[in-house]
Amino acid sequence: MALVGQPNAGKSTLFNAIVGYRAVAANFPGTTVEALRGQASIDGERAEVVDLPGTYSLLGGDVAERVTRDFLLAGEADAIVQVVDSSLLGRSLELTLELAELGIPAVLCLNMMDEAEHKGIAIDREALSSLLGIPVVAAIASRGQGVVELLAALPQARPVRRPPYTPDVERALARIVEAITRNPDFQGPSPIHRAAQLLAGADAVLDAEMAQAVEEARAALARGRGEDPGVILADERHAQAMRLFEAVARVGQPHIGWRERLDDVLMHPFLGYPFLLLALLGLFAAVFVVGDALEGLLSPLLDAVSGQISAALGTGPLAAVLLGAWDGLAAGVALVLPYLIPFLFLLAFLEDVGYMPRVGYLLDGLMHRIGLHGKSVIPFLLGYGCTVPAVLATRILDDERDRLVTAALAVMVPCAGRTIVIMGLVGRYVGPVVAFLLYLGNVLVIALAGWALTKVLPGVGPGLILEIPPYRWPRGRNLVGKTWLRLRGFVMLALPLLAVSSAFLALAEALGWARGFNAAVRFLTWPMGLPAEAGVPLVLGILRKELSLVMLDGALPGGVETLSWAQMIVFTVFVLFYVPCLATVGALGRELGWRRTGIVILGTTGLGLVLALLARAALRA
Amino acid sequence: MSFDFPVSLASLPPGGAGRLVAIHGGRGQALRLRRLGLRPGALVRIVAAGGWGGPVLVEVDGCRVAVGRGLARHILVEPLNPPGVTRGHGTR
Repeated sequence: MALVGQPNAGKSTLFNAIVGYRAVAANFPGTTVEALRGQASIDGERAEVVDLPGTYSLLGGDVAERVTRDFLLAGEADAIVQVVDSSLLGRSLELTLELAELGIPAVLCLNMMDEAEHKGIAIDREALSSLLGIPVVAAIASRGQGVVELLAALPQARPVRRPPYTPDVERALARIVEAITRNPDFQGPSPIHRAAQLLAGADAVLDAEMAQAVEEARAALARGRGEDPGVILADERHAQAMRLFEAVARVGQPHIGWRERLDDVLMHPFLGYPFLLLALLGLFAAVFVVGDALEGLLSPLLDAVSGQISAALGTGPLAAVLLGAWDGLAAGVALVLPYLIPFLFLLAFLEDVGYMPRVGYLLDGLMHRIGLHGKSVIPFLLGYGCTVPAVLATRILDDERDRLVTAALAVMVPCAGRTIVIMGLVGRYVGPVVAFLLYLGNVLVIALAGWALTKVLPGVGPGLILEIPPYRWPRGRNLVGKTWLRLRGFVMLALPLLAVSSAFLALAEALGWARGFNAAVRFLTWPMGLPAEAGVPLVLGILRKELSLVMLDGALPGGVETLSWAQMIVFTVFVLFYVPCLATVGALGRELGWRRTGIVILGTTGLGLVLALLARAALRA
Repeated sequence: MSFDFPVSLASLPPGGAGRLVAIHGGRGQALRLRRLGLRPGALVRIVAAGGWGGPVLVEVDGCRVAVGRGLARHILVEPLNPPGVTRGHGTR
């Protein structure tokens, strides 16, 4: 069973309600960019549930939309659930009509019924069900309402009844269908869908006969109407959708409340910016205050356990290794979790409220100065959480060049791992103001890099088209679920990695290997004015960025507090920019290709080194 | 209701409303805009216009769409005159 629908209709929220919290859901269009799979029990049987990226149509406008189209055309789905934002039913029915051409059994899920009521829209479900010939279920996925009813309705899924187009369009389609069915190579769920795609000029022909049929049909239609056949089809579906909508929905008085008024301030051409700055400052301050307090509580506790273990084990290489593993784990818990949890929670809050697309809107003008537009802001903002989803999120961009530039720049946005280094080292020992300045400096460097990249890769991408969803008050459960989902990656992957690396480092030190390695990379650490012990941690930081801080703490005899302020800042600057972590390199390779990934790695490392040296020079002065 | 001569969407002031007449420019972009309700004949209202050459925020069919300034220049609308006001020429 596959969940299909327009962006931000709540497919991922519904997916989570069906299979447990597995997919990141948020209040902005384009949260899901790849097909996610889960298992659920439907009608007493195990069934696979697939959450697909949101799509306005099956034409495949951007990479995320192509993922959905290709999945549906591959014929993997036995049934489709079209998830609809009920407050936008009229527009959503256009996609329903496109799905009708596929002929796959479907159920319509009227999600966000509360939003529809808020807008004063009442929908006659039975009338809609009999007009489309498929079950129609009402739901509020964010509260888990309607999920049971939806699963119960699945066995009744039927292909959507396809209303005919006007006779001239039907004639054109019939002409192409005839040519398609005669081709032995034709595969796919339905010739009528392929014919419509071909008529719209959105698909490739298989043979000369088809090419001729398509050419003739397009020419005949364009001659009769004086318009592009793609536009004609879109307009006809729109008209049909509107007729359906008028037959089943009554529109009353909408409520005007805080949500409608809030944008008057938050998206105001002048007032919007101070509020944006305030929101980011608030986020930063909250993470720092909560993180600092939590760390203060945890640190003495973990230190005490460390002392106990050390006393019990005595000395010797094995004891050193075991103690090293524990220290890595403890440092991970004490340094990392306190900052990570509040940060991920607040990021989830901003996402679910719906502030992200507003930031995109506010920064569109500025983004144009660096050769991008406001939609690129979403990958950047996600980058503050983790760079991997940020790189994947570039799929929502329509233009290839924009994707490349955005991915290359998003890699430099400090992710949660680097936030740990900034907060745990500079924030804690040098002061929060300096830490905040590092964030500002980072934004400035990214802007300059973007400006420079635009000089190398000129070309104006298409302008911004971004739906701005209404504000929604997030549900606590969903925020906790999302925070946990993202935190899990850290707990499952980073904590063991910290323990193993730390044990390895202890062993290397006991055997005297670390010194040799540190000497080998002295050509890097020396010009930056860092102690030789920083060599191994910096290289291990390629695995995960926060690892470099935790390792450094273990490698220095007196811990990181023995570094001078200047050394702390130089170290952090270098960690901020040099080689993105391994997971990011993997994601970049998949999205951009390995050659471009190589260039990004070399470029960011070179930039990191130059900036670290500049920082050193500036701090000495 | 009366409509004035067509002007670009970018030149409508915040709070101004109009009827969309035509979308010039790339076919892909035009189809995308249509999907969001921005099609000839649609009634649109400008909610806000961003600073620094930023996008215009348009309300159409009860939902809000941000459209880049450059793109908005390629969208023609007939401004809707407030009741009782008639003008003999376009706003420019």
